Amino acid sequence: MKFQIPIGPQHPALKEPISLRMTVEGEIIRDADLRLGYNHRGLEKLAEQKTWIQNIYLTERICGICSHSHTTCYVQGVEKLMEIEPPKRGQYIRYLVSELERIHSHLLWLGVAGHEAGFDSFFMYTWRDREIVMDILEIISGNRVHYGINTIGGVRRDLDEQQVKHILDSLAILRQRSEYYQHLGTNEPSFVARLAGVGYLSREDAIALCAVGPTVRASGVPMDVRKDDPYGIYDEVPFEVCTAETCDVLGRTVVRIKELFQCYNIIEYLLKNLPTGPVAVRAPRRAKPNEVVSRYEAPRGENIHYIKSNGTDKPERLKVRAPTLGNYAATIKMLKNGFIADVPLIFAAIDPCICCAERAVALVDARSGQEKIISMNALKQLSRQVAAGNARKREAEWPL
Amino acid sequence: MATVKTLIYLIVYPGLLFLFLYSTFVEWYDRKLYARLQNRMGPTHTGRFGLLQPIADFFKLMAKEDIVPDRADRKMFSALPAVGLAIVFTAMLLLPVWNYSLDRPSVTSFNGDLIVLLYLLSLPTFIFFLAGWSSTNLFSTIGGARVLTMLFGYEVPLFLAVLSPAVLANSWRLAEIAAFYRQRPALALVNLLGFVIALICVQAKLERTPFDIPHAETEIVGGTFTEYSGKKLAIFRLMMDAEMVVAAGLLATVFLGGFPGGALLGLVNFIVKTLVVIFFLSLIRATTSRIRVDQVVSFAWKYLAPLAILQLLIVILVKGLLS
Repeated sequence: MKFQIPIGPQHPALKEPISLRMTVEGEIIRDADLRLGYNHRGLEKLAEQKTWIQNIYLTERICGICSHSHTTCYVQGVEKLMEIEPPKRGQYIRYLVSELERIHSHLLWLGVAGHEAGFDSFFMYTWRDREIVMDILEIISGNRVHYGINTIGGVRRDLDEQQVKHILDSLAILRQRSEYYQHLGTNEPSFVARLAGVGYLSREDAIALCAVGPTVRASGVPMDVRKDDPYGIYDEVPFEVCTAETCDVLGRTVVRIKELFQCYNIIEYLLKNLPTGPVAVRAPRRAKPNEVVSRYEAPRGENIHYIKSNGTDKPERLKVRAPTLGNYAATIKMLKNGFIADVPLIFAAIDPCICCAERAVALVDARSGQEKIISMNALKQLSRQVAAGNARKREAEWPL
Repeated sequence: MATVKTLIYLIVYPGLLFLFLYSTFVEWYDRKLYARLQNRMGPTHTGRFGLLQPIADFFKLMAKEDIVPDRADRKMFSALPAVGLAIVFTAMLLLPVWNYSLDRPSVTSFNGDLIVLLYLLSLPTFIFFLAGWSSTNLFSTIGGARVLTMLFGYEVPLFLAVLSPAVLANSWRLAEIAAFYRQRPALALVNLLGFVIALICVQAKLERTPFDIPHAETEIVGGTFTEYSGKKLAIFRLMMDAEMVVAAGLLATVFLGGFPGGALLGLVNFIVKTLVVIFFLSLIRATTSRIRVDQVVSFAWKYLAPLAILQLLIVILVKGLLS
């Protein structure tokens, strides 16, 4: 018996609204359909009405987890447009925050994976230790979520000796705990039984479907913007691109845990080689007419901002491609022929940030194929009409 | 006098009132333990150490709006929680808690009560299945199907594991089995393997992690209970807590020598022994992640069932050596 299960737009496994429709046969998924558009915020349009500086704080609010990724990606682009180069110390602090954000994002993801697999103890432990990173970020920037540390031409706050010492001390604790999670995540039998072999995505598929971030690296493709197209200071920092060959959710877990250790190394390197000097240069108010594409390796994968300027103090166009959007096509592939029980795990394994990847929606008439854009009020009225037309009936069918 | 005693037995101890209060205590104990193992506080607010939290939750749920889905079978949907609760509370009466004495056997202690108790513990599983199915919600239906699929996995190993001590004690009567192991405590060690198997199976029967598959919230929302709310959900939750008490009581009777010592000492015995069993159940819950339903069935038939048969074999050999 085939039937359709709606996962979302409201579902406990999803923290944000998206609709996954699974056509299942028993417990096995035969087909999956993914629908976006429940949380479109019109940020790109809004960016056209704000100045270059105001837009830093707007792009910060694209995502709550990788807020620094979006601002850095944007600021990098704008700096190229304005033809300025931030001072070395400013860059070091900027990418230090980037790596701290990667740690907090990966620890958060580990907890979510634990929760989706029903391993709540793992969830509680990793989120407890995530607080350490959050505290470091608060000490550096004054904020826990939206750090507001980037500015065009550098960063807004400097680091002092005491802060550096605190960060290094906290890192030692984190490193120790991460070793424990590495052991737990790859050895606890019931957890591994849930992750191994789930959501298979072959190397060829990962490349063909343009997967990004840990998803593609877990399929054995060493793809990382920091290595392939180094931005900022990444050409002088030693680190490795972490990959796994298992192509499943377990591989994605392993990649993220390995990346945690790389992050600790990078942060130690940055703090020990912190140059002296100013943290920011003065930026002009306007940018010459030009266009730029800025790439950035966010915790979830490659983040792309396209910025076009027209000589005023506002961008003409800001286009955001968040990493989650790049992974959707691969998700559909991973879901097919899996179990219903694995849906939350497979979907969570791409670390979806649904709001970031949101796109405006056009309604398509299923019969005529006609497309139209409709206002919210008209849509509500339409749904009321449909609901009034549906006759209700009792449908309990007894199996015994 | 006998009538009064029977009434007290039914209503106060170990019947309705005691089971209700003790179930809520056990829920608190489980929640607190689970929370501490996860580095959390657990309930702290209501009552001392949050002891009254489960009771507060119960009454809060009782006051909530009670919705029956339009497409559901209304009578069946409403009757199931009450029937389930009655079944579990009846099962409690069969445990040799107070009327443990072999000289004056009461109505609830008879030869074969072990089988009746196991049967009564199987019925809640069907109640959950019917609850899921009669809701007609997709998530409930899948939950109901998962309840039954799991049943095929753990039921046989559970029966084998619980029956092997009975085989050694040469009785199908709970009071006699408990008395047998009290007289020869060393023989209880023979059933150690069976105890571990029974613990795992009871964990599955109670649908707790790693076997909380029928109501895995991240997969199928509330599973069997998706459509239940208000009073009915409150009763279902009470029923599951009471089922935990009864199942722990059954294991304590069969494997840990029962609850001797009359009303007061028997009560202490009962509480200590069931809490020990529930401690292990909470420990399993905190240290594992949820497995898939197909993994439950293959795990049960690959490992639990053969081990349960091995346990039975050991028991038969020991019995032969003793006689």
